Amino acid sequence: MESLNLFIKSIFIDNMIFAYFLGMCSFLAVSKTVKTSAGLGLAVIFVLFVTVPVNFLLNEYILKPGALSWLGEGFKDVDLSFLSFIMFIAVIAAIVQLVEMIVERFAPALYGQLGIFLPLIAVNCAIMGASLFMQSRGIPSLGEATIFGLGSGIGWFIAIVLMAAIREKITYSHVPAPLKGVGIAFITCGLMAIAFMSFMGIKL
Amino acid sequence: MAQNNNLELITKPLNLNNPVTAQILGICSALAVTVQLEPAIVMAISVTVVTALSNFVISLLRNTIPSRIRIIVQLMIVSLMVILVDQVLKAYMYQLDKQLSVYVGLIITNCIVMGRLEAFALGNKPLPALLDGIGNGAGYGVILVIVAFIRELFGSGKLFGCQVIPDCFYNLGYENCGFMLNPPMALILIGMIIWIQRSKYKELQEK
Repeated sequence: MESLNLFIKSIFIDNMIFAYFLGMCSFLAVSKTVKTSAGLGLAVIFVLFVTVPVNFLLNEYILKPGALSWLGEGFKDVDLSFLSFIMFIAVIAAIVQLVEMIVERFAPALYGQLGIFLPLIAVNCAIMGASLFMQSRGIPSLGEATIFGLGSGIGWFIAIVLMAAIREKITYSHVPAPLKGVGIAFITCGLMAIAFMSFMGIKL
Repeated sequence: MAQNNNLELITKPLNLNNPVTAQILGICSALAVTVQLEPAIVMAISVTVVTALSNFVISLLRNTIPSRIRIIVQLMIVSLMVILVDQVLKAYMYQLDKQLSVYVGLIITNCIVMGRLEAFALGNKPLPALLDGIGNGAGYGVILVIVAFIRELFGSGKLFGCQVIPDCFYNLGYENCGFMLNPPMALILIGMIIWIQRSKYKELQEK
């Protein structure tokens, strides 16, 4: 039950984009057509699903204060948490590289479509953000970390696909010239965020 | 001439080439820290320091970094700078550091930093790169301060945590617009800023 709650919460209530604005840059840049944004969304889900548990293990057994005690008595007081930024980003960069190679090998069509965005996932704030939230909220177990990663990814996917669908429609309407493109995208996104706020009332 | 160019490196990102409203970079963290002015200013300074220093370092190393692994090298240098900034914040402004929570760490993945490294530092000398970093950090800061000013003033009637809207207003029935404190308003405000800027400078408009 607990993990189902976490799952739903990380998709809707703590939605990466509408509640924390994470991954906005690629969100605004890629959400022009539904197809490419769905591709990017899937890649983000996968990368989050892998990186959050890996970073959880890293945090649990290396970085946390006292985490190194499995090495022996003398390491009980070691606190490496100041290294967490650099360790997390290294893991993320490595896994993104790996995903890139796998996609290139097994799904060349998708690789061509995603183009430059695949390597850029490494600097997508949502990925790093999920790992940092995992650390700062103190998610207790490997299973829950996986669920949290998966849920956040799905939330991001839903957000970008919805946004792309709306923007496809907006191209047919008369938007004031200065608002065209990014301006209207920001305001649309704000309105969508208001809609997503209605999930906040749900107590899980 | 060189003097002029250097000045332009700092002034251009403040307005015409603003990283947030014109280049659409670094929005991720720009929005979340703007509920109050104080964290917004600290965030702006941190980003400026990180951008300027990492621009400088990457520009020093630009001829020695193999282009295939440059992203990893850049990430390592940027995260080094962010760790330094984070430690300083933890030491001297612990409360604020708690308030900014994960967003300090997220400077690493802030698109402005990476964007400036890729677009400028890799092809320019250290001094212009340093100035470019300062300029872009400041441009980011300007937007942050504007948004935070509006949100704090209308959302809670305060600036820097001190009440500025006098009590008599409240007695007359003025209410704080609590909605300003919610995340969606930050998005809408930036949309408005883009609208104003683009109606003034036609060349920024999209087709």
